[in-house]
Amino acid sequence: MLGTGILKGLAVTAKNLAGSFHDPGRFVTTQYPEQRSVLPENYRNFPFLVAEDDKDPMGTLRCVACQICEKECPPQCIYIEKSRDKKPDAAGKMQLYPAVFDIDISVCMSCQICVEVCPFDAIKMDQEFEIATDNRFRPLLRDREQLARSNRYFQQVHPTEAAEVDARLAAARRAAEEKAAAKAPPPARQEVQTKPATERPDPPAGGIKTEA
Amino acid sequence: MTAEAIELDSWLERLPLTLRDLLAGPIPGPWRWIVQDVIAIAVVLAVFPLLFAFLTLAERKVLGRIQNRPGPNRVGWGGILQPFADGIKMLTKEDIVPRAADPVLHFLAPVALVSFSLLSLAVIPYGRHLVPLDLDAGILYFFAASASSELAVFMAGWAGRNKYSLLAAMRALAQLISYELPLLLSLVPVVMLAGTLSPSGIVAAQAGWSAGFLPHWNILTPWGLAGFAIFMVAALAEANRSPFDLPEAESELIAGHLTEYSGFKYALFFMAEYFAMCALSGMAVTLFLGGWQAPVAILQFVPSYGWFAIKLLSLLLGFIWIRATLPRLRIDQLMRLAWKFLLPLALINLVTASFWHLSAGWGAAAQPLRWGLGLALVAVPFVVIGRRLSTGLGPRTYRYAAP
Amino acid sequence: MNATLVLLGVFIVATAGTALSLQNIVRSVLLLVLSWFGIAAFYLWAGAEFAAFAQALVYGGAVSMVVLFAVLLTRRGHQDATVAPPPPGRLLAALLAGGAVAGIIAATVIRTPFASVSDEVPVLPVRRLGALLMGPHAAALLVTGALLTAALLGAVVIAAGAKDDKEGSP
Repeated sequence: MLGTGILKGLAVTAKNLAGSFHDPGRFVTTQYPEQRSVLPENYRNFPFLVAEDDKDPMGTLRCVACQICEKECPPQCIYIEKSRDKKPDAAGKMQLYPAVFDIDISVCMSCQICVEVCPFDAIKMDQEFEIATDNRFRPLLRDREQLARSNRYFQQVHPTEAAEVDARLAAARRAAEEKAAAKAPPPARQEVQTKPATERPDPPAGGIKTEA
Repeated sequence: MTAEAIELDSWLERLPLTLRDLLAGPIPGPWRWIVQDVIAIAVVLAVFPLLFAFLTLAERKVLGRIQNRPGPNRVGWGGILQPFADGIKMLTKEDIVPRAADPVLHFLAPVALVSFSLLSLAVIPYGRHLVPLDLDAGILYFFAASASSELAVFMAGWAGRNKYSLLAAMRALAQLISYELPLLLSLVPVVMLAGTLSPSGIVAAQAGWSAGFLPHWNILTPWGLAGFAIFMVAALAEANRSPFDLPEAESELIAGHLTEYSGFKYALFFMAEYFAMCALSGMAVTLFLGGWQAPVAILQFVPSYGWFAIKLLSLLLGFIWIRATLPRLRIDQLMRLAWKFLLPLALINLVTASFWHLSAGWGAAAQPLRWGLGLALVAVPFVVIGRRLSTGLGPRTYRYAAP
Repeated sequence: MNATLVLLGVFIVATAGTALSLQNIVRSVLLLVLSWFGIAAFYLWAGAEFAAFAQALVYGGAVSMVVLFAVLLTRRGHQDATVAPPPPGRLLAALLAGGAVAGIIAATVIRTPFASVSDEVPVLPVRRLGALLMGPHAAALLVTGALLTAALLGAVVIAAGAKDDKEGSP
């Protein structure tokens, strides 16, 4: 009959109105900034540089200034200058480090390609989004000090990814140590000389999988 | 109203009169009526814009809650100061008048609209002693004022020199004129049965209670129920209110006849629409809901203006509820509803009301028959015409999509 | 009270006269509507409340719409809203016709014997008006009603016959 649809609709809206006071399913607004939504783990915004130690971030950056991310970045928002000297990295090997590492986050489009191509797990995606400023030039150009975060922070924001990266790096370190330990003592017998060939450690993985 | 009768009311009931006499007391005799009228005008001009402000807030919050969100709640405690923030915003916006526009008409249109809407508020009885203007032909005055406001709609559409706003103004005019007829026809039975065109007379005709708890309001009769429904639908259309807000919807010809308006003039149009809504709801309360009468005899301690306010606010909340529920009607659906559905039903309602009036003398045994016949006279045309107009408009069947 | 009558008369004649002289036809229509409201004010001054409100409702609310729609539907746009100044032959014919109508009305008004009116304004309650319309003047009311019904039916027939697509199509 004419009008029954309207009455049913009015009943639905009345139920919504009444339910919005006591039923959380009928009141889905997060009252920002008093309440914050829980971000999903693989939410990403702009990159940050991973440092092993939060007490000396500049000295323990994983980045070796290979400039792959600079070349792969589609809007070319990364600017890197290599250092003149070398420093030992976490595995003890002497590596270059970035003297200047700037990212212009007004240009960055959060595509995560820099993270995907980095061979050293040195650059990862951050989750910070409350970065509004009133000056669109200097505050949106992040330099090395502003980009550096500790590995502990990385474990907090991306637990799954950080666990996978840490496991892989620890395995690589262990393999490197075993290789160094196998090289150190002189070979006792002749047949031992074939051992280094079979115990050659796997090369570090080229692409980083960031599935979480 | 005799002095003794006024004395019998409670002090709460007489409070507005007491305040008015306090203010007008110092004025000498012959000029006192001017001051009293000015006070009445000032009260209306103070109350209704405030009501408009908080009605916009209530609308946004109720609409929000129905849509599972809180509505504005940042300005002031729970958002209560939001209308004042909106007012400041409207006042400080730039007032753009297109260079090719007709400046006189462009300026006069919102002024005329607001003036006519305010004029129509003058005859509504807000309380037992609270009619600003007690006219013998008050109902006619009310509808003369609201019909004249249609001119302002045309002026607004024409003044912008914009063919789209002109087209939209003509559509708005067509809507307004089409719904005048059911509006006026649905209140003819009220006037017929009350025997007077004066709003206070119509309220007085709905006085009294049967058995102490059944009021004699017009809505509690078959013809009154149908008349109220028709009046409310037509009032929704007259006030350009959803689901009849085609003239001012953003997806329809930008903003219709309001396209060329910005800043305070836009706020005036908005305000005039809400005044029209309040005035029509006030008239509906007067005609069908018994005006300022209490629903039960024992609740008479609440003053008459309190009851009027309660009924008015319920009707306004009903408007907001309908806005939140129904989608917008297209212009041809709108016109069809007015001419092919509401108009015949209003005409048949006249017959029902005449039957009700002529059968008023029937005894207690014939009351069920009287009610049955009355309800049948209301329900049968509704179902028959509704069914005939809905043929071919049933639920859609899709050939390829899964049901 | 005569001062009010003079002022009202001046207002009505002035707005109507300005409406005649303007080039922009929409503005002259709106001034004419203003003159109709002036007539409604005159009825109020004369104590005919019902006639005043009916004048406002019918003329201001409905006849003005008819005139405006007629103006708008017969012009192509805003640039056509201005009217060309009339040729002198048309002016002479208008003066003759208007003068004749004004002469007939004036002669009728002057020749009618009006009852002498007292100083206070007689107010006719609506109830009495209704009784008069339904009683002594019922014939005039019925004839008017029949005329209006015929006009409405004619309009419906013309409007319905104009297009022949089936009704109810979405």
